[in-house]
Amino acid sequence: MSRYVPHTPAETRAMLDELGLADVGGLFADVPESVRLTGPVDLPRGLSQMETLRDMEALAERNTRYRLTLRGAGCYDHWIPPMVNRVACKEEFLTAYTPYQAELSQGVLQAIFEYQTLVCVLTGMDVSNAGVYDGASAAAESAVMCRERGRAVTLVSACAHPDTVAVMRTYCYGTGDELRLIPEKDGRTDAAALAAMLAPDVAAVYVQQPNFYGQLEDVTGLFAAAKAAGVKCILGVNPTAQAILPDGREVGADIVCGDLQPFGIAMAFGGPSSGFMACTAALVRRLPGRIAGQTVDAQGRRAFVLTLQAREQHIRREKASSNICSNQAHCALIASVYATYLGPDGVTAVAESCLAKAHAFAAMLCDIPGVRLRHTGEFFHEFVTDLPVPPEKVQAALEATGVLSGLPLPGGMLWCVTEKAGREDLLRVAQTVREACAQ
Amino acid sequence: MSEAVLLSYEKSVPGRRSEVIPKPDVPAYALPEALRRKTPLLLPELSEVDVDRHYTELAHRAYGVNCGFYPLGSCTMKYNPAVNEAVAALPGFAQAHPLAPAHAVAGCRAVMEELSESLCRIAGMDAFTLQPAAGAHGELTGMLCVRAYHESRGDAARKTMLVPDSAHGTNPASAAMAGFTVVNVPSRADGCVDLDALSALLDDGVAGMMMTNPNTLGLFEKDILKISRMVHASGGLMYYDGANLNAILGLARPGDMGFDVTHLNLHKTFSTPHGGGGPGSGPVGVKALLAPFLPTVASLGETGPLQVKAFHGNFATLARALAYIKTLGGDHLRDVAHHAVLNANYLMARLKAAGYTPAFDRPCMHEFVLTLEHERETTGVSALDVAKTVIDYGMHPPTMYFPLIVHEALMFEPTETETRETLDRAAQVMAAIRADLERDPEAMHTAPHSAVIGRPDEVRAARTPVLRWKPEP
Repeated sequence: MSRYVPHTPAETRAMLDELGLADVGGLFADVPESVRLTGPVDLPRGLSQMETLRDMEALAERNTRYRLTLRGAGCYDHWIPPMVNRVACKEEFLTAYTPYQAELSQGVLQAIFEYQTLVCVLTGMDVSNAGVYDGASAAAESAVMCRERGRAVTLVSACAHPDTVAVMRTYCYGTGDELRLIPEKDGRTDAAALAAMLAPDVAAVYVQQPNFYGQLEDVTGLFAAAKAAGVKCILGVNPTAQAILPDGREVGADIVCGDLQPFGIAMAFGGPSSGFMACTAALVRRLPGRIAGQTVDAQGRRAFVLTLQAREQHIRREKASSNICSNQAHCALIASVYATYLGPDGVTAVAESCLAKAHAFAAMLCDIPGVRLRHTGEFFHEFVTDLPVPPEKVQAALEATGVLSGLPLPGGMLWCVTEKAGREDLLRVAQTVREACAQ
Repeated sequence: MSEAVLLSYEKSVPGRRSEVIPKPDVPAYALPEALRRKTPLLLPELSEVDVDRHYTELAHRAYGVNCGFYPLGSCTMKYNPAVNEAVAALPGFAQAHPLAPAHAVAGCRAVMEELSESLCRIAGMDAFTLQPAAGAHGELTGMLCVRAYHESRGDAARKTMLVPDSAHGTNPASAAMAGFTVVNVPSRADGCVDLDALSALLDDGVAGMMMTNPNTLGLFEKDILKISRMVHASGGLMYYDGANLNAILGLARPGDMGFDVTHLNLHKTFSTPHGGGGPGSGPVGVKALLAPFLPTVASLGETGPLQVKAFHGNFATLARALAYIKTLGGDHLRDVAHHAVLNANYLMARLKAAGYTPAFDRPCMHEFVLTLEHERETTGVSALDVAKTVIDYGMHPPTMYFPLIVHEALMFEPTETETRETLDRAAQVMAAIRADLERDPEAMHTAPHSAVIGRPDEVRAARTPVLRWKPEP
């Protein structure tokens, strides 16, 4: 018997005997000698589970554990209710495959159906898929949905997350379609520049709300201009902010996408999280990935199934709307548990708390000589300050107090405040920043 | 029979809530009204115990590897070790911010370096990216690397990607997303790539060929070295779909078979849980010639031609896979392949003895395909009927109707973590179904009869889509 292989040597022997084989090598007669390894793979010998865990704990301990995180930039440190982990650990969810066998997977399918409802409620859209890899790939897949003959260019706000822009650019490279960046002005998408870019070959415009700098865009205005030019509108959102900001329908979006990490998913060095995509009913057959739907069985009982599969790769192969197969289902479940547990008031309370604390902290920082807000617009829970000293100096000063600072940007810092920070914490942080700036 | 479970939205009672978020200890901020949502947030309002029981009820209506045998072909549903879950949950990993200063995430970086190095040795590659989130995502990444490579050499006219007709559906879909024109390569009667047909397709428009080996029929492509020499001679590159690596783990390496680029499915071969459909992880390994084209991370200030995901990849999945590799070590990796293939051949022999027909009557690798074409003709019972009857016997069905080139296909992949008793029991189930098939084929058309629902009306689901809950008007 070896690790995770339950066979005793006697059982292996008996099974080989039944197959009429002298040894296990006989099972691999089709593998030519010329491609077989002659010895074991050159890796250290196997460890006991106790040793493995100890090794991995030692690696985890090499990471700095911060008592307060003021960095966001696409990955957010929110409080995760213990109920989320309780559900996440249920093995029937954790160890199941994609629910292809509906009769055996009603629990998973119903959870997806509830998840799709959550995404529709948050975004104001008609239809959601079961999720994609992350927010960046959701944006890239959304752009693919909008292309038509003669309209293939995607306009992307320069204020979107740099990883989102890079992933959208990569997907465009694959399909041979063009991406044009809409320039930034005062930390927001330049509306005048967009107006000049709305050419007849443009398929879609992508705007992120709040944007990478934390600023709140005039999405309604930007989208009205795009719509007038026959261009589809894709809105990238943060689900926490979406609890209080106007939903996609209110601002005129055709597609709303984003990343659900802020909804109860651990930061985990940036993954896994789950991307979401929701759209108007008109676009449903272009939506990539799995979709759960409600139907009935022969006895009229409510049943859930994966549906509209004629869009998907296992049916359509090279003509599919996307190649996606596995998504991030377990993370989508976690986000759904988070929202179900907190409910409308809880999700809104988190958003209000982030909003209030970020503004309180911004005021504390701006009281420091040489520190000021870089942009003039409204913001949600992230904002950029200019700093009178190199941002790495502020980062180091805060690190010495167990705080992960905002993200250093040239000449400044992108801060993020969530509900986890208390007023006293923030006052101490501001004092440390003041001292670092004075030196 | 268990009761239907209402949707969380249907269980909601206005005003019932768990107040868990404290009031902020700073003044509220008055956001302008134009920036406030007008639409109420219609999420469920449930008590804590309601939420707990709701998901417990849903879990009881799901089936994981923890529940029993799960021989879903092509999916490698092996046991997911508990110790790996403990690793993923370590606070030092779970609370690491992806854009923290490098020294503050030295542990995460060490995990990624050690995993990359281990995968290079296991796959016979020179460099790995851990960024892709799933197998298909890895395929797209690998295809884009191939394209960038040809373009960097001024060889941009290579637009054809060859894909065997037995391939996973993701292969052609990924190649198309990377801008290639997909050309199918037919299989011979023995299930392997037809070399004459391949030869006729090779020209200076071929960018490469995607293969999985063993292929989706569970057969090892014996001519692999010849195939890779032919493709290389025409100027193309060889892509290995690592979905079936479990069959040869520690015994043979894609890099030694002439493959230039490969993705590996950590959620298959390397034991990370499937999560009801994800997250997976699809690292891509390449030979040195393709290393300059591997993805970079823009938010870290890196500049490169490709990026497929934000940040570093599905790190928690990577940590689980590294723990698995450390536990097996160089000395135990091949036990996996040995016993995965032993179990598959043992089960195939048992099912053959029970009267079933393997699509290819020769030793298989880690999985095998039955064809029920004869049963369909003589009794009217389809592969679907058999699969649904399997549910009534308390087992997860095998994969149905894949690969597409086998009629009435049922594909079994037992994996190495199942005991002989489990395989014997599965063989007994299949023998009992064989008796059902001869005694009462009609009943099988409506199976399953013991699940929480009968067969769902899929036509209705697609024709009149109901894709979300809505409040009663």
